[in-house]
Amino acid sequence: MEHYLSLFLKACFVENLALAFFLGMCTFLAVSKNVKTAFMLGIAVIVIQVITVPMNNLIFQHLLKEGGLSWLSSSFNDVDLTFVGLISYIGTIAAMVQILEMTLDRYFPALYNSLGIFLPLITVNCAILGGTLFMVERDYNFPESVVFGVGSGVGWALAITALAGIREKMKYSDVPEGLRGLGITFITVGLMAMAFMALGGIQL
Amino acid sequence: MAEPTTKDVLFDPVVKSNPIALQILGICSALAVTTKLETALAMSVAVVLVTGLASASVSLIRNYIPNSIRIIVQMTIIAMLVILVDQFLKAYFYGISKQMSVFVGLIITNCIVMGRAEAFAMKNSPSMSFFDGVGNGLGYSFILIVVATFRELLGKGELLGNKILGPEGLVAEGYVSNGLMLLPPSAFFLIGLIIWAIRTFNKDQVEAA
Repeated sequence: MEHYLSLFLKACFVENLALAFFLGMCTFLAVSKNVKTAFMLGIAVIVIQVITVPMNNLIFQHLLKEGGLSWLSSSFNDVDLTFVGLISYIGTIAAMVQILEMTLDRYFPALYNSLGIFLPLITVNCAILGGTLFMVERDYNFPESVVFGVGSGVGWALAITALAGIREKMKYSDVPEGLRGLGITFITVGLMAMAFMALGGIQL
Repeated sequence: MAEPTTKDVLFDPVVKSNPIALQILGICSALAVTTKLETALAMSVAVVLVTGLASASVSLIRNYIPNSIRIIVQMTIIAMLVILVDQFLKAYFYGISKQMSVFVGLIITNCIVMGRAEAFAMKNSPSMSFFDGVGNGLGYSFILIVVATFRELLGKGELLGNKILGPEGLVAEGYVSNGLMLLPPSAFFLIGLIIWAIRTFNKDQVEAA
């Protein structure tokens, strides 16, 4: 239990996908103008992350990894399919996003209407594919991958909501002309990343 | 918009409509690979190639792609190209490939590739799309290389792993290396400052407060 808790905290804070690895930056910077939409996008990312990371974990462990196919027959023991990894992970992600979009549309129209436009965007959100790739690189097992999915999703959502809060406040500041908008946002994110780095030394 | 010429398509994205500084595309991977000039260069070459070829191939089949599944089709083309790059790097530049870790794979979700395929290649001829892709790749590389140069120079006092200015390098000459430059946040500050510089010269890019 303790192991999973520390994995969660690590994925959420110490190795925050947005502020420590710069994943999902495009949407992070583009969709953080107000807290409400940022929060919605955060929720959507958590949902997709929780589904796709464990899914891809199963695909990796039981299909692609060297020896992963041995449950089929022992003649597949040394088949190594990791080179088609990227294409299968992104396929899973794109398919999951599509399915989720259709399910929401059918059963939860209210939620669909508020998340709607962000869902397709998530397919190209590097945080999602990044989460999967880190999971593969660190060779997590299934329960670990679930925890990692939740943790990294929550961390990303937290970061984008925080940034949106700061940007809302910043409307009242007098920013130099050329720095307005994107420029100052970059610098703000830099400062946030520095603050998050204070957590970096924590060993869990 | 008037019919764009090859030259416009190729060089406009470098400064005028830079993908990173103006279109907010492809920032994800731009920041993580810039601690060293070497990885930044490798990344630049990879992205220029992938964007150019992906745009060209998407454009080739643009009239046959059903609208509803175009994202998946584009993704598949891009993923295939990225796998080629990834395998090539692993085979010939193993060290660099190790340092870039997951970021080679993340070229797939690099919004530049996707964004240009969607915004330009779906409407233009293959050759134009190729140049547009290469141009945007170059714009991306431009920022990447500037940032990486500053980070490696100020952070370690070296360039491309070589000691510069004197045989012993800057550090021996009394330069105290700035550790902050090697840490992630410095990339944000540098890109913020580059945006400021670009917008000081191109006043029309300034955003309303």
